[in-house]
Amino acid sequence: MSILIDKNTKVITQGITGATGLFHAHGAQDYGTQMVGGTAPGKGGTKVDGFPIFNTVAEAVKETGATASVIYVPPVASADAILEAVDAGIELVICITEGIPVLDMVKVKRCMQGSTARLIGPNCPGIITPGECKIGIMPAYIHKPGPVGVVSRSGTLTYEAVWQLTSRDIGQSTCVGIGGDPVNGTSHLDTLKMFEADPETKAVIMIGEIGGNAEELAAEYVRDHMSKPVAAFIAGATAPPGKRMGHAGAIISGGTGDAASKKAFLRECGVSVADSPADMAEALLKIWQP
Amino acid sequence: MNIHEYQAKAVLRKFGVPVPRGHAVYNGNSARVWAKRLGPGPWAVKAQIHAGGRGKGGGVKIAQTADEVKRYASLMFGMNLVTHQTGPEGKRVNRVLIEEGCDIADEFYISFLVDRVTSRVTLMASAEGGVNIEEVAANTPEKIFFETVDPATGFLPFQARRVGFKLGLEMPQIKQLVPLLLKLYKAFVESDCSLLEINPLVKTGNGDLICLDAKLNFDDNAVFRHETFDDLRDYDEEDPMEIEAGQYDLSYIALDGNIGCMVNGAGLAMATMDIIQLFGAAPANFLDVGGSATAKRVTKALKIILSDEKVEGILVNIFGGIMKCDIIATGVVEAAKEVDIQVPLIVRLEGTNVELGKEILANSGLNLISADSMADAAEKIVNAVKEK
Repeated sequence: MSILIDKNTKVITQGITGATGLFHAHGAQDYGTQMVGGTAPGKGGTKVDGFPIFNTVAEAVKETGATASVIYVPPVASADAILEAVDAGIELVICITEGIPVLDMVKVKRCMQGSTARLIGPNCPGIITPGECKIGIMPAYIHKPGPVGVVSRSGTLTYEAVWQLTSRDIGQSTCVGIGGDPVNGTSHLDTLKMFEADPETKAVIMIGEIGGNAEELAAEYVRDHMSKPVAAFIAGATAPPGKRMGHAGAIISGGTGDAASKKAFLRECGVSVADSPADMAEALLKIWQP
Repeated sequence: MNIHEYQAKAVLRKFGVPVPRGHAVYNGNSARVWAKRLGPGPWAVKAQIHAGGRGKGGGVKIAQTADEVKRYASLMFGMNLVTHQTGPEGKRVNRVLIEEGCDIADEFYISFLVDRVTSRVTLMASAEGGVNIEEVAANTPEKIFFETVDPATGFLPFQARRVGFKLGLEMPQIKQLVPLLLKLYKAFVESDCSLLEINPLVKTGNGDLICLDAKLNFDDNAVFRHETFDDLRDYDEEDPMEIEAGQYDLSYIALDGNIGCMVNGAGLAMATMDIIQLFGAAPANFLDVGGSATAKRVTKALKIILSDEKVEGILVNIFGGIMKCDIIATGVVEAAKEVDIQVPLIVRLEGTNVELGKEILANSGLNLISADSMADAAEKIVNAVKEK
């Protein structure tokens, strides 16, 4: 078991004829993911490397039975691509694209209200359920099936946490990259709720960063409702205020969102917080044994 | 992306928002000429830098005569204005705004921003205008109130009226406030702002509302759809190395330490800075080479790090996803051919094509130290710099 995706998940790629989309469609397929096709307007009815291409997501869903879509289209077209997937009845939309204007995402979130579709990202590495299904750009070999859920705003820092686990022979149930943008589809809190409900997930590593208060909201849930142990790391202790650290969301503004206050609050809520990014797995092992 | 106050006011003027008449000048004589053109004094003389709190640092003066305008402006040009937002080194003043004076009866605070919790544009307002809003938020949060905007309808007149009553305004001012706030919201959305701040919004002695100060930040991700923003960018306000890095799609921020960092991914880059500090040293920069870097861009990144004279050692920390380790390795080798790397270089590679990457580095003959993990890499670079 796992959350969001497993070996039965059928996936299409929006933007499959682009170099990035096609490269990662192959990567996912090689991992065993059911990559059933993709969309590229105007190229419907043709194939690329064996993947059937459709003009619209609706058509792709009808022909393939896909329930998940991964988006690799440029920022200017991403909001439209997300909403096309939602309109076509896709249940899980994963948007990898980085650099989408924030007001586009504000509109997307408004349009998705009342919809049962879930958006992961944007500006994220995707999701992987090790041994079953990989949707996104993460390196496959570092993962291993097992009991730890991982949720993170940062792609490469997720890999770091996963690698620390796998190096200690501890596997992962599902790893979710929720993305580094200020307005995104799925929060730390949403993901913790799913991990809490998943019987196969026994413990969680949550990786956050400076800016906003998403980590604090998640910590309150850990304190009040979560039965499973949670360890965390917050990146950006050395970041100066007022500077955007790569991610649009990673900025300390108005004296809020700094690493020290986040860590202190997480500890108050019973989360085992690693001060060093090298100790994420160790922080979990302090409060939980596989 | 930040712009100057006078540019922000020009943007707002286009949307019909009431702002004082004024003109930006580049020298004292021009300041005097424009004071006379703007009509009888008094005038406000305002240093234009990308930072708030200018008044306390001597960057805002009220002048009674045109000669005084010239004198104040001349004093400001070339000065390093220090405010709570500039850091101790301050910012050099190259532009000064000359503006008609304003008879202030009352001051308010208004801003629009994107609220991450609601994923909506939110209006923030307070009757405590003209002061540092962060202090108001910290000390008397009950004096700040919010209106969340539904993107489907936009900001609505009833919300504007509600704000007006909460600010304690009378009907004549509320009748002005409603169109003013609707226009501010329109300016926010159509200009793809991440922040629009009016502090203060002023009620004049005549009972008119006017935006006495204005700050606009544009969403960097949306600049591509606003060609005119290029003209508003003041490169003098930015770090030259950050500008150069930006031209190669590298995300670079200069810091005060002596260990240069090259990392892929913003989160890992921040974490690398953090771990350097945990080992007792300080990072010289934040540098995210991004997911789709080529060997050429990696070379450029290393050159930018090396151009910082503070740098006494370099830590390369790569966990390849999209980014392949062999690309990074090739970039490092190419860079070493073009520039003489005389400081210790620690490389930690993991992820996609890691074996190939390590092989390229091993066969390069370069004098670099490999590291097995992030902690190992941080410890090695901190020790190497100490031993120098």
